[in-house]
Amino acid sequence: MRALAFRPTRWAVPGVFVALALTLAIGWLVVLIDGGQLFNQSTTVSLLHVAAGLGLVAVGQTLVILGGSLDLSVAYVVSLSTLVAAETMNGSDGALVPAIGLALTVSAAVGLFNGLLVTRLRINAFIATLGVGLLLKGYLDNGYDGPAGATSPALVQTLGYQRIGPVPLSFLLLVAVAGVVWLALARTRFGHHLVAVGGDPEVARLSGVRNDRVLVTAHVLCSLCAGLAGIYLASRLGSGAPRVGSEGLYDLESIAAVVIGGTALAGGRGGVLGTVGGVLLLASIDAIFNQLEVDAFFKQVIRGVVIIAAVAVYARRALRKGAV
Amino acid sequence: MQTVQRPPLPLRLLRVRPGGLVPIIALLAVLLILVAVRQPDFFAPPSLMSFLGRSAPIILLAAGQYFVIVSGEFDLSVGALVTAQVVVAARLIDSEPAHTWPVVLLLLGFGALVGLVNGLITTRLRVPSFITTLGMLLILLGAVYLWSDGAPKGGLSDEFRRFGRWAFEDVPVLGRVPYALIVLLAFAALAVLVARSDFGRTLIAVGDNPRTAELSGVRVWRHRTIAFVLSGVAAAVAAILIGGYSGVSFQAGAGLEFGAITAVVLGGVALGGGRGSVVGAMLGALSLELLFALMNFYGVSGALRSTVQGAIILLAVAVSAPRSSSR
Repeated sequence: MRALAFRPTRWAVPGVFVALALTLAIGWLVVLIDGGQLFNQSTTVSLLHVAAGLGLVAVGQTLVILGGSLDLSVAYVVSLSTLVAAETMNGSDGALVPAIGLALTVSAAVGLFNGLLVTRLRINAFIATLGVGLLLKGYLDNGYDGPAGATSPALVQTLGYQRIGPVPLSFLLLVAVAGVVWLALARTRFGHHLVAVGGDPEVARLSGVRNDRVLVTAHVLCSLCAGLAGIYLASRLGSGAPRVGSEGLYDLESIAAVVIGGTALAGGRGGVLGTVGGVLLLASIDAIFNQLEVDAFFKQVIRGVVIIAAVAVYARRALRKGAV
Repeated sequence: MQTVQRPPLPLRLLRVRPGGLVPIIALLAVLLILVAVRQPDFFAPPSLMSFLGRSAPIILLAAGQYFVIVSGEFDLSVGALVTAQVVVAARLIDSEPAHTWPVVLLLLGFGALVGLVNGLITTRLRVPSFITTLGMLLILLGAVYLWSDGAPKGGLSDEFRRFGRWAFEDVPVLGRVPYALIVLLAFAALAVLVARSDFGRTLIAVGDNPRTAELSGVRVWRHRTIAFVLSGVAAAVAAILIGGYSGVSFQAGAGLEFGAITAVVLGGVALGGGRGSVVGAMLGALSLELLFALMNFYGVSGALRSTVQGAIILLAVAVSAPRSSSR
């Protein structure tokens, strides 16, 4: 049962990493011909920074999607978390720990609310999290016209800008979070239950899984990840930003990264390693086009094509396997 | 389907059943009463007519979205499609009246084509429609920005704008009837006809259980693809009205996809397919617009609108959800 449930993960992960390697190789060559250098210090650093922000959100999104749910409110949770963190810190290092604690608590509360709407009130996850997103959007639009608060300098210097060689601290944070989530999925009861619920809720329920509890936990963890991404962005920007989440399209892009990483949108199949690969793929495409100084709008077109093409490849492969 | 001895229409409307019209009519009634209390003038023919004209685009989008959702899919690309259409129309017409009709035809064709591509990728390549239409959203917006270098060019001719702006003046009783309202009524009638045709009924069966439909000889992929085409055409008509009413901007269609999906769900159509009616979807859109009008009357600040909208959606869906889950 367990081996069966996890086989698709092992199959799907190489796919996205092969695509990533190909993209980087082709990108490197094209940039070289263009007279640039893809893997210099500054592009690598900025690539990893982009990946860290989106990656934190996408890792959380992986959990809810694996469970057969979805979270469209993450973009607003990210913005809210930057504001809660930056306003609580208010420019001093003293309030660092309480501010981070408060930002994460608020995020977790939103996740709990999402989870309860989906499980207890049985509202379709798409509508429930869209509705919660709108609630938060109204609060943010009404209360804030622009940046507010100030991030503590200590946080800006560490999480925001410190790096070890070319690897920013924030990317290491992503690696750590992804590692913990991977362990949770592969080794804990919660992980197995989550995949079971996403695969077939009825079967999971009949096998004694408490579906509601598992899904609520997944939603709380997803919002926590979005909150963490918010804290990272606050440390990067130096203040709280009420529209950073929605303007960065963190909701749709995180779902795209998860799906490019080979996790099925219907739930029950996939894993967090693929998601990290998907995030790196999106960030690399960004970096390559930045190096080539390609129009930002053209980048968006390519992004759309890549997302559709990646999923079409997975669908084809699943079809072939199903036929055998 | 239960065609045998159906009770007369009034009774059928009263019976509460999953996907029925009772919840949405109740919501609409509550909103109408609230409006009547606050702003009785609203029901005077001129303001009512112009309200209905203004609501036409979102109602049309909801009707188009209904076909896609009832067949078990999503269309997230309609907002981007509306924006793309408005910008393309402005550039191609370039304030030249003679270009109006060819461009209108082109837009309808373009809408159908985008729907066709969405449908074929979803059904033939088996990409989930959420991803297909999300990708299409990015492609359309990126392409249209790219094509116009970041700022809309050209302009719409008055002939083009009259669909969304002009009205029949001096109509007895009603006063001023916007063209948009006539367009809406025509397309709404068409949508109801399509929904009640064999195609419309089969589409519900496809959404309810594609496997069963397939086994009973329905070409599921063809039906779903046609549903996407209908949604694309609806977006084209909506774009013509929106372009006429509010002019050219990159924000023309922003957020309309979520508005349309919300309206459809408010109207009692189940996400995931197989249940609901096109009339419910259109009434859902009307309720949503009425809600916005109501917030205006009560002086809710523009920024808080989305909070109220979110709360109403959650409430409305939560109230009707237990019934629909126990079918």
